[in-house]
Formats: sequence, structure tokens, C-alpha cells
Amino acid sequence: MTSLFRSSLQGVAAPPTALEAGDGYQTVRTPDPKAKPTRLSAHDVCVFYGDKQALENVSIDIPERSVSALIGPSGCGKSTFLRCLNRMNDTIEGARVTGEITLDGENLYSPQVDVVELRARIGMVFQKPNPFPKSIFENVAYGPKIHGLARSKSELEEIVVTSLKRAGLFEEVKDRLHAPGTGLSGGQQQRLCIARAIAVGPEVILMDEPCSALDPIATSIIEELIDELRENYTIIIVTHSMQQAARVSQKTAFFHLGKLIEEGPTERIFTNPRDKKTQDYITGRIG
Amino acid sequence: MTDSFTVSSSGAERRRARIRAGLGRRHLFERIFRGLGVLAILIALALVGSLFWMVISKGYPAFTQANLETEVYFDPDIIKVDPPPQQQPGQSAADFRAQRLAWQRQVTMSNWNRVVEQAVRAAVPPGLEITAREATALVDAGERHRLRDIFVENPGLLGERLPFTMLASADVDNWLKGTIDRDLPDERQQLSPATRALADQLLESGAIQFKFAWHIFTNVDSRSAPASAGLAGGLVGSLYMMLVVVLLAVPIGVASAIYLEEFAPKNRLTDLIEVNINNLAAVPSIVFGLFGAAVFIKYIGLPLSAPIVGGLVLTLMTLPTIIIATRSSLRAVPPSLRQAALGLGASRTQMVFHHVLPVTLPGILTATIIGVAQALGETAPLLLIGMNAFVAAVPGTPFDQSTALPAQIYLWQGNENRNFFEARTSAAIMVLLTLMITMNAIAVLLRQRLERLK
Repeated sequence: MTSLFRSSLQGVAAPPTALEAGDGYQTVRTPDPKAKPTRLSAHDVCVFYGDKQALENVSIDIPERSVSALIGPSGCGKSTFLRCLNRMNDTIEGARVTGEITLDGENLYSPQVDVVELRARIGMVFQKPNPFPKSIFENVAYGPKIHGLARSKSELEEIVVTSLKRAGLFEEVKDRLHAPGTGLSGGQQQRLCIARAIAVGPEVILMDEPCSALDPIATSIIEELIDELRENYTIIIVTHSMQQAARVSQKTAFFHLGKLIEEGPTERIFTNPRDKKTQDYITGRIG
Repeated sequence: MTDSFTVSSSGAERRRARIRAGLGRRHLFERIFRGLGVLAILIALALVGSLFWMVISKGYPAFTQANLETEVYFDPDIIKVDPPPQQQPGQSAADFRAQRLAWQRQVTMSNWNRVVEQAVRAAVPPGLEITAREATALVDAGERHRLRDIFVENPGLLGERLPFTMLASADVDNWLKGTIDRDLPDERQQLSPATRALADQLLESGAIQFKFAWHIFTNVDSRSAPASAGLAGGLVGSLYMMLVVVLLAVPIGVASAIYLEEFAPKNRLTDLIEVNINNLAAVPSIVFGLFGAAVFIKYIGLPLSAPIVGGLVLTLMTLPTIIIATRSSLRAVPPSLRQAALGLGASRTQMVFHHVLPVTLPGILTATIIGVAQALGETAPLLLIGMNAFVAAVPGTPFDQSTALPAQIYLWQGNENRNFFEARTSAAIMVLLTLMITMNAIAVLLRQRLERLK
């Protein structure tokens, strides 16, 4: 069933453009001997918005319990790729995804996969902090509530407190859990969104430029938080800041014009890139 | 590179001179445009102000009416009736009712006009000669029925004298309010010279007083007793119609807006639906009236002049308003909120009902209230489904014959009696406008409150 679904999709997708897979680009890969085992991996992922191809044959393995950074200039497809991983592209009119993304060997795009369940397993934090216009408590409790994760009120409270603690926000808001979440500062709101994502107990957390709307202090707090969270979660972060990628990630993937140019251990990418485009980007010559 | 773009000090000087030369014109333009804007607002305000001034200045006299303070004598010589029947032991209820009806008929057959005439005469200052007809012309034609009803309720009044306030007739009311030209010759006056003189004297002596006319709200329309005509029928009829509109248009409108905006695929069919909803909003209301007459009355067989039909027609008219306004407030919800919900694994329905709807509720409520207020004032479709019929009754259910506030205004302003086409019409307009302004104010307040809660 899965293979049939894939082949039919690819049959439709074959784009008659210059970007055709046939013109063959090869991602430069540097294996990391210290990398943790892979649970999430993408094979030949292409994304089309209408007739326009936004992503071209991206294949990458994401190691678990570590931070992987996706970098590249604006419009390179890194956010598009991130949104493929929890099928948020489904919500965009005219978006089409081909290829295969597997979590524990199961194709996320197979028709048997329930997208609601998938998004409970792969959480997401967005570019702009977007807490619900509800109380701090309700923001965090919403996910567990809709998924039926808490059997009692006290259990729900425990989940909320634990999530807020893990997101490093609890001490700051413990006296006003029922104040509106929109009243917090930008950095606090983003940590609230992280707590909200954690509360569902996801295996993977996707972060789409989580610090781009924050000041440097709030950014460094979030970066520390990301570093702590990788103990328990597989994190994929899209970032515009190369310093941020260098600081928080163990693996880095460089995207350019819809192609995955190079991927490998972060220190290797930043100290000794093998592709010329990567080198140009990290030295600031393109971007 | 031309000279004007060089960085030399003379170049900068010239650039500044050129900018300065244009400044006067630019500022003048701005001043003219602002002036025009202020002028437009002033014209709009003046028009609204004169509308309110005309309606209120003409309508407020209708809320007070002349009343004659006098004494009623239930004269046994005029009211020649037997004592009211008592239920005998062993008498069947039907027999008793028949007996009582016969007694009531006897009461009604009495000459109540004489009772009224005597009551008026009781107030007439000594020395003024006046005929019976001239005397009864002073009070409203409905007063004799009121006296009869009081007597039927309490037959013990026979032979008693009772201080009593009678509603003056519409003609007297208008004469005293000065809406009738006092310089007109006698043959063009509604009232005889004696009645006019009597009315003036009674007003001076304090026997006639102007009092707030509560009966405008509690009485139904009347043509034989114009002074006592009221809006109760129209008010209740309009209320029933609003009820039908709220119960049908709001759920259907909001549900279709949510479906179209949040769930429906964007394709040719939904485009077609969207275009036709906009078309529906532009259809003239009289066409909806024709549709109602053809479908609801002729085909389905709903009763003529009934608020249910009016409500259905107004529902059709209000639906596009509610759908369009609800859709635009749904569209105004930031995509980040939807993404936040979906990213957590909420289903589309959960996203809509838990997050999108609560945020759009103020907008939907405002749209609904404004749509309903619009429907409240709609007249043309009602004329085509028979709601402009003269109905002197308060409808008990939405299926009873009834009139409506705007139809009542239409009826009254077309009436040849000065009482109706002047003051009563304006008074009815004031009631309608007050209702609409109240509804709009509620919409604004509700919106502010709900938005503060967020």
C-alpha cells in the first residue's frame, strides 16, 4: 500500500523543469561516527507549491536525542522541509509532497497515518511566539486535554507544572498560572510555546526560527533550554543565525535553492566545509 | 551622474531649494483634502441631525395625549338592565353561560353614548350650550366600550358616580396641540365651533390635561377610535419575526460561514457558492417578498400576514449579511493561531471550536445583531406577504395574523386622519429607531466587553 502510494505520487510529480532530479545533484555528506541512532529520516523529498518546486530530492537522517540545525539563505526551502516533517504543509492550499519521510520506519505520508496522532508525536514551535489567547495554564494543558493524556485534574496539573519546569518558565509564572499567556514577554511566550509542545510528550520537536523575534537575552535563554532539552527530545531547528546553529546543534544541514547541499557534524560544517556553496554561505559571501 | 546628485555643497543647496519650492503646493493639497473631509462629515452629520430633529419634533407630541378628568354616572335611567345572573344550584354551566351572555348583550344594547355625553356634560362649565353630538365628539370613540367593560366587570356600579379619566378624541387632541390650523373656516374644521370652544375652556380650567400615553405601547391599531390606537400588534409581530430570524438565520448563517471558510475545498463549486451568496446580498428586498408570497404562502400554504412568513423572508435576507460578516471575521484570525492549534495535533474541528470561534465571537455577534436590526426595519417584503393588512389584534403565536412595526408606519402614514399621518407615524418611527439604536448599542457594548475579556 505504501509503495503504491509513493509510486503513484511520484508519477504525478515528475516535473518537466530544469530542476528535474535527473540533472542530478549530489548532497555532500560527512558521516558522524559519534552520532546517535537515526529514528527520523527523509528520502528523496520534493515539495511543490502549485507548479513551483520548492524542495528537490532531499534525503537526510536525523539522529535521535540531539539537535540538528537546518541553515541556508532565505527561500532555500529549510522551513518547507521542516513543515514536511509534521505534515503542516498539508494545511497549505496547493502544496504537494513526494518522497518518503519515516519515523521508526513508518512512512509519515502513508494513508494509514493519522495526522492528528502524528502531530502529537512531532511537536512544533513557530517563528513568532503564538500562545493561545487563554491563560498560561490552559495553554499548556490544551494538548494533553485534547489527546486525553491526563486522567484526572491533578494529573493534568502535574503535566502542566512539569512542562513549565522543563521549559524553564515555571519559576517566573508560578504565581500567575491563570493570567493570560499573551501578557508574557516575547521570550517568555516562546518558552510557553515550548512548554505547550512538550506537554503532549512528543518524540521530536521542530523549531522554526524560534528566536528570530526575540532579543539577545531571551535568545540565549532559549538556546540554553534547547541544549537541555536534547537530553530527552530529538530537536530539529531552522535558523538564520549561523552562530546559533554552531552553538546549539550537533548536526547541520545546509540548504540552497531548494537543494540540500551539504550535511554533516556541526563542527565539521563550520570549520571545514567540503562544498564551495557551503563555504561561501558560512563565510558570508552568499546569503 | 547628473549634477544634482553630486555630494558637493552647492548640489545639496540646490536640491533643498527644489524640495522647498514644492513644499507649499504639497501642504496646500493636504489642507484642501482635510477641509473636504471635514466638510463631508459635517454634511453627513447635518443630514442625520435634521432627520432626528424632524422625527422627534413631530413624534414626541404623540407620546402625550389630552385626557378629560370628569365624573361618570352609571345612570339607571340609561343603563336599563336586570341584575346580573347568578349561577343557580343545579344549573348547568352551559345554561349559565348563555344566561350571562344574554345579560351582557343587554348591557351592550344600553345607550353608552348617553353615559359618555353625560360625563362630558358633568365637566362642561355652566352656561355653555352644547348638543349631544358635540359633547361626544370630545372624547375618543373607544371610551364607551371601556365604560361598558368596567360595568360588566362590576355591575354594582349601577347608580354610582365614579371619578373617571377619559381619553380625548384624536380631533380634540390635534386641535389642542395646534397641529390643526385654527384660522381655517368652520366648514373645513373637523370639529364644530362649540366643541372647539369647549375643548379650549376645559384645557384652561384644567379638566383636560396632557398625560403620557402608555396605551401607544399596550393598545392595538384602531381606526374607529384613533386616539387610542397603539403599536402593541406591530411590536409583538416584529418580535416574533426577530425570533424566527434569530433562531434560523444565526445558526444557518454561522454554520455555513464556518464550513465555507474552514472546511470546504477551494474549487469551482465553492467559488460559485461564494459568488451567489454575494448576489443574494444584493437582491432587492421586494424580490424576497415576492419569493415569500410565491413559495411560503402559495406553495407551502403558510398563513397570509403571519409573522412566521415574515420571519422566513427576513431570514433569507439576513443570511448573506451574517455569512459574509462571519466569514470576514474568520478570515481576520491570524494564521499563527490556527498553526498553533494544528501543530499541537488538534483536529480541524477542534481548532475551529476551541480557538478560532472564541476569538471571532465578538465579530459574529455584532454581525448578527446588525443583521437582525436591519431585518427589523425592512418593509418592502412585508407588503407583499400581507403584513400591511389592518390587524387590530396582538398575535398570540407567529402563525396568527399580525402587522409589524415598519408596516404599521407605512399604514399610518398613508391614513387620511391627521392623528395618524402626523404624530402617530413619527411616534412609531421613534419607537422603531429606538429599538434599532438600542440593538446597535448592545452590539457595540458586547463587542467591547468580549474584546476586553480576551
